[in-house]
Amino acid sequence: MPDLVRGKLKIFLGYAAGVGKTYQMLEEAQELKRQGRDVVIGYFEPHSRKDTIAKTEGLETIQRRKIDYRGAFFEEMDTDALLRRHPEICVVDEFPHTNVPGSERLKRWQDVQFLLDSGIDVFTTMNIQHLESLNDQIWQITGIRVRETIPDWVMQQADQVVMVDLTPRALLNRLARGVVYSQEKAQKALENFFQESTLVVLREMALRQTAHEVEIRQVDYDAPGFQSQPGYRDETEQSPGPSDRILILVTPEPSSAMLIRRGKRVADYLQADCFAVSVSRESDLHDLSARDRELVERHLNFARNLHIETRVLQGQDVAKTLVEFAHLNSVTHLFLARPRPSQWPALSGRSLVQQVVHLARDMQVTIVADRGNRQQLQTA
Amino acid sequence: MPTAIRRRTPEELLQQVQAEEEYERRGRLKVFLGYASGVGKSFRMLDEGRRRHERGQDVVVGAIQPKTSHEIECVLSKLEVIPLRQVDGVSVMDTPAILKRHPAVCLVDGLAYDNPPGSPHASRWEDVNQLLDAGISVISSINIQYIDELQERVARITGKSVKQTVPRSFLNSADEIVVVDAPPEMCIERSQDGQMSAATVAQTLSELREIALLLAADVVDRQLEAYLHRNGISQTFGAQERILVCMTPRANAGPMIASGKRNADRFHGDLMVAYVRQEEISASDQEALERNLDIARAAHARIEILDGQDPIETLLKFAHEHGITQIFVGHSTREQWWERFTGTPLDRLIRGANDIDVRVFPH
Repeated sequence: MPDLVRGKLKIFLGYAAGVGKTYQMLEEAQELKRQGRDVVIGYFEPHSRKDTIAKTEGLETIQRRKIDYRGAFFEEMDTDALLRRHPEICVVDEFPHTNVPGSERLKRWQDVQFLLDSGIDVFTTMNIQHLESLNDQIWQITGIRVRETIPDWVMQQADQVVMVDLTPRALLNRLARGVVYSQEKAQKALENFFQESTLVVLREMALRQTAHEVEIRQVDYDAPGFQSQPGYRDETEQSPGPSDRILILVTPEPSSAMLIRRGKRVADYLQADCFAVSVSRESDLHDLSARDRELVERHLNFARNLHIETRVLQGQDVAKTLVEFAHLNSVTHLFLARPRPSQWPALSGRSLVQQVVHLARDMQVTIVADRGNRQQLQTA
Repeated sequence: MPTAIRRRTPEELLQQVQAEEEYERRGRLKVFLGYASGVGKSFRMLDEGRRRHERGQDVVVGAIQPKTSHEIECVLSKLEVIPLRQVDGVSVMDTPAILKRHPAVCLVDGLAYDNPPGSPHASRWEDVNQLLDAGISVISSINIQYIDELQERVARITGKSVKQTVPRSFLNSADEIVVVDAPPEMCIERSQDGQMSAATVAQTLSELREIALLLAADVVDRQLEAYLHRNGISQTFGAQERILVCMTPRANAGPMIASGKRNADRFHGDLMVAYVRQEEISASDQEALERNLDIARAAHARIEILDGQDPIETLLKFAHEHGITQIFVGHSTREQWWERFTGTPLDRLIRGANDIDVRVFPH
């Protein structure tokens, strides 16, 4: 098989339902079709919005696949049919969607990877609250734990991220006029995501994320030693300043997920390497209970899914083993979870945080916040 | 950081009522912000005017750029236009005529235009302020290159500078700001002047685009604060990274500030440095503190000198009130024997920080 050029991914990023992501995506698709390009719709969610539906007119739509699940039929994007049809550009709505069980792949973004791998360009839509590394902040702000997430590296691989902007007030007007949802659903939405202050914060996050995505795609053409041939690296091209290496300590504690997301987000912004380790007294975590072992493995797996390299370390003393590994690997920065209240030192001795801070004298140690939900805090 | 529910003082209530009244009386300003010509700002502005007109609002066009496209002509034909006046060969928005006509909404393009000498206001954006004061809402559009405070940065990127500008504070006063975002290639198609290579144009536009997005995020952040203030809510959100470096005379300020600055820059966040005043400190400590604060000043950090009985509590209170997301603190390796039992100040800081990251630096 000849080498294929990977398709290009373009993400239309919004901060809530109804800001006009799908509309703008379809408008661009129509424009490309007018220019004679081969565009098809792979998946489109009409949400009974008339203006958006009108934008699909004249575009070829690939029939969805029907999947039988527990006696009911669900419709998913037909990736195989799209690969056979092989258009130049494919429009795929709702990037973070989870496929119904029985589908070949768990997530729609994984289907999209297949389309891209086969050389098809993809346009897709998503909201900021679906970005994995923001999951805890979103929970903190909205009280909603978003389950359908997109790993940050998937967004980083996109060729373009475009912000579809609308002011919260305009969005609330749309909601009130019944453009976004039916009346009943709109009322429910107003009580959750659609509070004005929440929308403003989500919008700010989307703007900042888009700015970040624009920045990491910039090539400094003015830098000395810039060469147009790919693969060429000059001494002068090395980025100045020390390079950061971040190490995250994973445990069975549920806070590990929060720790991994935060560590990875900081690593991405600092363009640092990122590792995650767990420490156990016996090899392969055998000193842990079956349940704890499963939890640690689940957390390490979660880290790998976010493209973090993982390792299981063996050692009697957690702090010592962690810091020794950090020294050997030129780690500059350790990430630890907050101790639970019960884990603060009694007369028995120092907490893990104390021990690590004491041993890691040439490193920064970050104790990651518990970004619990505010609404829970309020009632607590 | 739960929403603080407490009884407000009469002064605070009065302030809030006045803020609400002022807000209700004044027209609303909405600005479409673009990063280059060709992204479609003016069209978005006019299109919003058209939609509002179709929904029954009283909309007029106060000023529009002279060079227009077919698309724009189409929308314009559906709206009432108050023509520009010609004064000494300069096109001037007819503010008296608009005030007399007193529509609900007025569309104004070209905010940075200077009025000829002798006009009541030097610039068009000041005329807009007058319309807003009169209770007329204004929808406008602007390219970031016309924002005064961005002049230097934009000129460094584009090699071009403009004479007529709008102050940033005007943009901050907008009730709504919308980014008209478009990938650079759309603008390249429209603005290719053959002077620069395609790669350079792409890079230039990308940098401008980043500035526009961050500017909008900052304005949105201010609006959020204003909204919370108006509604008497004291609550902070972590949409923007805010780093607080805790300063003491003995702190190893250099690496902490350098790291704080790098993190703040990468996250496009804020950097603050706080020192809790201690009553009796030696002359050498005072000197060391001044040196440390100089390092903070050199990094353009915002410096806060705080007063409080308990340094840890004082820092935590400040951090929570100011939406801090990361606290940077130095750690002395010298440990007092009793701290094994009571916990060190660092332990207390970590325990109290709760929903803020604490980053410990070795001394």
